Amino acid sequence: MKLNVNGKVVDFDGDASTPLLWVLRDYLDITTPKFGCGAGLCGACTVHVDGEAIRSCSYPASAAAGKAVTTLEGLPAKLAAPIQEAWIAESVPQCGYCQCGQMMSAAALLSKNKAPSEAQITEAMDGNICRCGTYSRIKKAIVRAAGNIA
Amino acid sequence: MDRRSFIKSGAVLGSGLLVGFSLKNNIAVAGPAALSNPWLKIEADNSVTIFVARSEMGQDVYTSMSMLIADELDYPLGKVKINMAPADAKLYGNDALGGAQITGGSTSMRDAWIKLRTVGATAREMLLIAAAQKWNVAVDKCVASDGFVTSGSNKASYGELAQAASAVPHNGKPVLKTPAQFKYIGKQVGRLDTPSKVNGSAIYGVDVRQPGMLAASLAMSPVIGGKVVSYDDSAAKAVSGVLGIVQIPDGVAVLAKDYFTAKKARDLLKVKWDNGNTAAVADMAAIKKGLREASKKKGAVIGKAGNVQAPLAGTVKKLTAEYQLPFVAHATLEPVNCSAMIANGECHVWGPIQFQQGAQGVAAAAAGLPAEKVFIHTTFLGGGYGRKLELDFIGQVVAIAKASAKPVRLIWSREDDMTHDFYRPISLSQLEGGFDNKGNLVGLSSKLTSPSVTARAFPGFVVEGSDPFMNEGSANLTYDIKNFRAENVIHDTGIRVGYWRAVSNNLNAFAIESFMDELAAAAGKDPVDFRMNLLAKHPRAQKVLSTAAQKAGWGQLRQRGRALGVAQMECYDAYIAVVAEVSLKDGKPTVHKLTCAVDPGVAVRPDQVLAQIESGLLLGFSTAMKNQITFKDGAAQQTNFDSYPMLRMSETPAIDITVIEGGDKPSGLGEVGVPLAAPAIANAIVAAGGQRIRSLPFLTA
Repeated sequence: MKLNVNGKVVDFDGDASTPLLWVLRDYLDITTPKFGCGAGLCGACTVHVDGEAIRSCSYPASAAAGKAVTTLEGLPAKLAAPIQEAWIAESVPQCGYCQCGQMMSAAALLSKNKAPSEAQITEAMDGNICRCGTYSRIKKAIVRAAGNIA
Repeated sequence: MDRRSFIKSGAVLGSGLLVGFSLKNNIAVAGPAALSNPWLKIEADNSVTIFVARSEMGQDVYTSMSMLIADELDYPLGKVKINMAPADAKLYGNDALGGAQITGGSTSMRDAWIKLRTVGATAREMLLIAAAQKWNVAVDKCVASDGFVTSGSNKASYGELAQAASAVPHNGKPVLKTPAQFKYIGKQVGRLDTPSKVNGSAIYGVDVRQPGMLAASLAMSPVIGGKVVSYDDSAAKAVSGVLGIVQIPDGVAVLAKDYFTAKKARDLLKVKWDNGNTAAVADMAAIKKGLREASKKKGAVIGKAGNVQAPLAGTVKKLTAEYQLPFVAHATLEPVNCSAMIANGECHVWGPIQFQQGAQGVAAAAAGLPAEKVFIHTTFLGGGYGRKLELDFIGQVVAIAKASAKPVRLIWSREDDMTHDFYRPISLSQLEGGFDNKGNLVGLSSKLTSPSVTARAFPGFVVEGSDPFMNEGSANLTYDIKNFRAENVIHDTGIRVGYWRAVSNNLNAFAIESFMDELAAAAGKDPVDFRMNLLAKHPRAQKVLSTAAQKAGWGQLRQRGRALGVAQMECYDAYIAVVAEVSLKDGKPTVHKLTCAVDPGVAVRPDQVLAQIESGLLLGFSTAMKNQITFKDGAAQQTNFDSYPMLRMSETPAIDITVIEGGDKPSGLGEVGVPLAAPAIANAIVAAGGQRIRSLPFLTA
């Protein structure tokens, strides 16, 4: 099957039921989507399919055929830069393992809603677990990024 | 970089200044003597490399340890290059943990505080002497700052002076900066690892890639320790993409290009297991019964004051209570994983490793190679909490690499991780307190019965039945009570146990700080006043307690239905107090806010003190609210984040932290925030009119 990942068309000839996560990680060496739970419970593997945040560990590659898959590596700079700068400004990461997934959930939110309320932020981010408990900094970083997205 | 390639990398002596630390002589060493234990390298191009010999799992050693060197060296922190040091306990042993190269016990900064500053300051003094000689001026006319030495109109970079400096004799006992001279220590500086963690380039264990490396998934017995009797791999073999199936001591591994294929095929293996006796002993009723039986034994007495034999003798009013904590899992978000390659008589191991020295030994045994042929490459850790100082997964991946003759990356599923943990020990604490006829608390006895991690992992450290890590949080009681006895009973339940962030502080603090509130109530005293009166000998403890109480609005009117509970302790040389604000709905608690004051002695990087304490409070909170691992027929019954839920953003209480620097050296920090959320919440629940909860978790499904 053909997949469109970060704007490039790639062939994947393996098992079509392979979760998108493992196509990205083990065939394309795209490692920002992390493996956390394998069951869509933690959000570490969050990527975008046609702009929607999805849990790639539980999303078969076949379902992504014909759609645009975006990982942190391929996020448009006008969205990625304000988010990444905000994450640095708020010194969000501790162990950092969940943060690529956190930023992808934040990016999906901010691409649709440039001024999310605290409740909207919490709703959009509640599927992403941070075991280091950086939630308050994530919230602040999203508010900061929202103010800087053109 | 491993040590061999570091030394091979050549430039080592020829073109720069290398400074290390002699653990034996407690002085900095430079030049050839530092070859064996490099911490700092200054090269001709004025680049500075620091070798961080502790694992970075979020607790910030990467930045904080570098700050100690960069500050004393007086070199721009942001320009420092960081390399993870290789495994070598002789070079990088942690004096605070018996000399092992291990990251744990909140010891990194306490161990490094003087050592690394000495390294940086020695280099600076050698550079100054070299500059003075070069310009033929007095050393005190030269100034070292931000990577350059100047004297009048003369100016040279550290790199230009490095080679000459390496020949300068120095006794390795430099004059350290005074706190007023610090440029980075105590200042707001950003974490050095943040950019890589934000742009996604940070390499964790699961991200390791090497040419030809295959993914492996390992079938293990549902009962930890179970061994393979026989297996049928016909269905697994038939899965397209399977590139190998090998048996190792812990199970049967399937190899494929990708994890999904390996895991799918592994799930089709039909393995017959021999589970030994574990299945018979390991169910919760039997475990709890065994614990209670063991608690009747006399324990090792580890904390004492006054009448230790009978601390309650002569008291006129007595109170007793029991507190219980469940087994809990580490559940790091990065599941257990490791990579290995055996080639050309060498074994290379890459992974999220907290105990490099142990890893080297286990890998050597599994590879059948001498330790010096084993190279440990420590990646970033996606959470550690103690899980990644275990060595099980390192032995497994090396055994798979050996049996398959392929480079492999072993990744455990979340279910593997949760059901094959080294769990935080289950515990039973028995407390007794007694008052004299004036209503003073004059007797306290605290007895902890639990499995001992140390007895399993480092049995040599258990002396006369006493595990020193079981004493944490009881033997160092801050309360001045005339007659006090703390004792431990070690009881092996058959379930393997491990160090879990803050270790026994969690067990002891929940019991003791809950009981202090029960005693205060029995005495008719306010919980804060009651504690303050017993802390006269610990002004730092009094200060954090009064600060947390004041910041939380203790004694003031508050929103209807909300109430406060308090707890305080000394933990890894830090003093901490926590106030929880709680309301009840249908008897179930909602935690609105945790207010904390902490005295870490010296705050090396103040923002990290806030981050670590917040992280600790929330881990303690999250675990106390919902988490327990239970066993049936020897197998853990919780397998993923549905049955073992993690704290989410929507459940996170407000956090307010005040940092008070009351010492002249840094305390531990990584674990300090964890223990007190639970007792503070338990106490707040009672204040809100709820039942005294003496057994965790607070919420059960």
